[in-house]
Amino acid sequence: MPGGAAGKGASGEPAGGPVRRRRLLTAAGATAAAALLPGCSRGDGRGGLRFLSLAWQQESVAANKRLVAQWNAAHPKARVSYVQGSWASAHDQLLTSFEGGEAPDIIHDASDDLADFAYGGYLADLTGLVSDRLRQDIPGHSWQTTTFNRRVYGVPFLQEPRMIMANRRLLTTAGVRLPTADEPWSWEEFRSVAQRLTRKDTYGVAWPLKEPVSATLNLSLSTGGQLFHRGDDGKVTIRYAKGDQIVPRVIRDQAVTDKSASRSTLGMGGADTLPGFFGDRYAMVPLGFSYRQQITQQAPKGFDWMVLPAPAGPGGDQRQGVSPQTLSIAEDCHRKEDAMAFINFLLRPANMVRLARGDWVLPTGTTALADPALRTTRHGWATGTALADQLRPAPAQSVRGYPEWKDKIATPALQEFYSGAIGEGELEHRLVSDGNRVLARYQR
Amino acid sequence: MKTTAARATWRSRAAARATSRHRCPRPGAPRLGPRRRAARTGQYLALLCYLVFLAFPLLWLISTAFKPPAELATLHPTWLPERPTLNNFRQAFDEQPLLRAAGNSLITAGCATAIAVVLATPMAYVMARHRSLLSRAATGWVVVSQAFPFVLVIIPLFLILKNLQLINELAGLVLVYVVWSLPFALWMLTGYVRAVPREVEEAAAVDGAGKLRTLVSVTAPLLAPGIVATALFTFITAWNEFFFALVLLKSPEKQTMPVVLTHFIGTEGVADLGPLAAAALLATVPSLVLFAVIQRRITGGMLTGAVKH
Repeated sequence: MPGGAAGKGASGEPAGGPVRRRRLLTAAGATAAAALLPGCSRGDGRGGLRFLSLAWQQESVAANKRLVAQWNAAHPKARVSYVQGSWASAHDQLLTSFEGGEAPDIIHDASDDLADFAYGGYLADLTGLVSDRLRQDIPGHSWQTTTFNRRVYGVPFLQEPRMIMANRRLLTTAGVRLPTADEPWSWEEFRSVAQRLTRKDTYGVAWPLKEPVSATLNLSLSTGGQLFHRGDDGKVTIRYAKGDQIVPRVIRDQAVTDKSASRSTLGMGGADTLPGFFGDRYAMVPLGFSYRQQITQQAPKGFDWMVLPAPAGPGGDQRQGVSPQTLSIAEDCHRKEDAMAFINFLLRPANMVRLARGDWVLPTGTTALADPALRTTRHGWATGTALADQLRPAPAQSVRGYPEWKDKIATPALQEFYSGAIGEGELEHRLVSDGNRVLARYQR
Repeated sequence: MKTTAARATWRSRAAARATSRHRCPRPGAPRLGPRRRAARTGQYLALLCYLVFLAFPLLWLISTAFKPPAELATLHPTWLPERPTLNNFRQAFDEQPLLRAAGNSLITAGCATAIAVVLATPMAYVMARHRSLLSRAATGWVVVSQAFPFVLVIIPLFLILKNLQLINELAGLVLVYVVWSLPFALWMLTGYVRAVPREVEEAAAVDGAGKLRTLVSVTAPLLAPGIVATALFTFITAWNEFFFALVLLKSPEKQTMPVVLTHFIGTEGVADLGPLAAAALLATVPSLVLFAVIQRRITGGMLTGAVKH
């Protein structure tokens, strides 16, 4: 209370103390009021287009900001303001923005997050807006990831395959054959290599499967796995067929039977396995392509690592599911042509290369993929680009009810299966019987 | 006052009696028996463990903030950075507008705290002193309102603020923080008001003080620790709040500290750990400083009060 607190505090202060404090408080109050008053501190981007970017790595943020500045310099009447978002909270932020009619005009997101927004009518149909150059430059299978009900709701521009980060010294010492994009390991060969690499203090492989569903489904494309089957009536059902079983079986055998895979990493995120990778605890770690940035930054001096392609299925099938990063336009945007022009500028081949290098992932555009900067063997770029044409839409891409199936059914079931707590029969029962019940609710 | 003095005397006599029952009494230097000494040691050990448990995240954060990238991903992490660096701080400041975000947080948390305390104090006094059906209903509502999760209210709240043209305004966020923290502040302060004996106010009235004089000169000083504790709670809650700030503020120049911190986190939860730790460490500083400054007021206020003449 003013009486008590001020009275006590003033007693020991030099003369003029209370006056100074009052001035200070007045100044602080005035500053706060100025900041709080609506309209007093608007950015000059108001009235232009707002671009929500989820870029987060230092180089990527810098590349995005530089491109926005270039655009603004050349297009003063269609200025774009850069709004920094975060992958961790993008969905919640977008959902409330859409509901409240305050969504950014240009939206950076991932294709597996678009379905609900697209079906909800929040995103603009880009079918008639996308330029011919972009349409032709980006392969059809990438466009599939952003196409719902035959309408295009985003431009897929960056994609991230899962690769094997390997300790070159351990692999060379063990004398195993090093796979290439032309001659990859089969899943069986991968299993035996992991066994050969396993020593007293070293596991052949560490599977960071904190999110086991997308990793399993995406890698299972190589063995013909599909899991989600769309019928003639358009309804999706789950079947756990032969092609779906190979990858989960290999991972479980490595962790439970061979003990060539560390069981403790099964619940970890990718970054959590890096200390063990650097410390020779794990010879190989399957990780997203962008983890190369962290390895480059954090690996101890002299650590010799390499990027290997993921194992292939029968006939050398190297297909893999991905959910590309996308650029969309909000349905509420009043200047869709300008927004599309900005996207077109941002995704010029040279710019796409910059963005890909900034994020340490692959571009979708074929011209950008051919850029020498992305064909270098340094940091495994060439290994990744060689696989780019094998990347396909993630199997669950447009399945309604997939998030619930993933969280409530598939994630716990796969985690228990990989740790050896349940068998294959129980896994199939949960994925299929329980899973189809969940999907049915979304398809009535 | 007499009652307090009598209680104190009674307590000191009881303590004296307890001492005289001690097995090995030594006049002037009471010693604990082996069992009680063991129990006391156990208590201190438990307290120490609790302190370590509380301090561990902060100490680890400090250590991480000064480690170079190579030391962040070692199999055997060290408590102290082997090659301490300020690069994480440099990078954090280069990449994100931390000072601006801290300024926004300070403004919203400061204003929300001031408004919440100014509103809650008289309300709490009325609810504690004039017990009626209305005050009981208000207390019930305060408790119930705490049960609503953020996600339940966020969209209606968003729409209301949009109609008030307070989306993307710090004033809107202040309003939300005041509304959100007011129930708990009220509940907390009501407890403090109830703890102030009515007899003190009655004694002041007997001495000829009017109602206002009693409130200002007698009740308010006794409530000061409670007000300070409530203010501290409100400030820290608002300073750390993330979800409302994320949803209600759109412009980068308005974003608060917790929102800006998430910009160091990428896909699949991968974080730019060094700069994130550096920025998070800076974000904890105002709360720590405020607590250090205010803590003296809390204890100071406790020592004043009933003995004030």
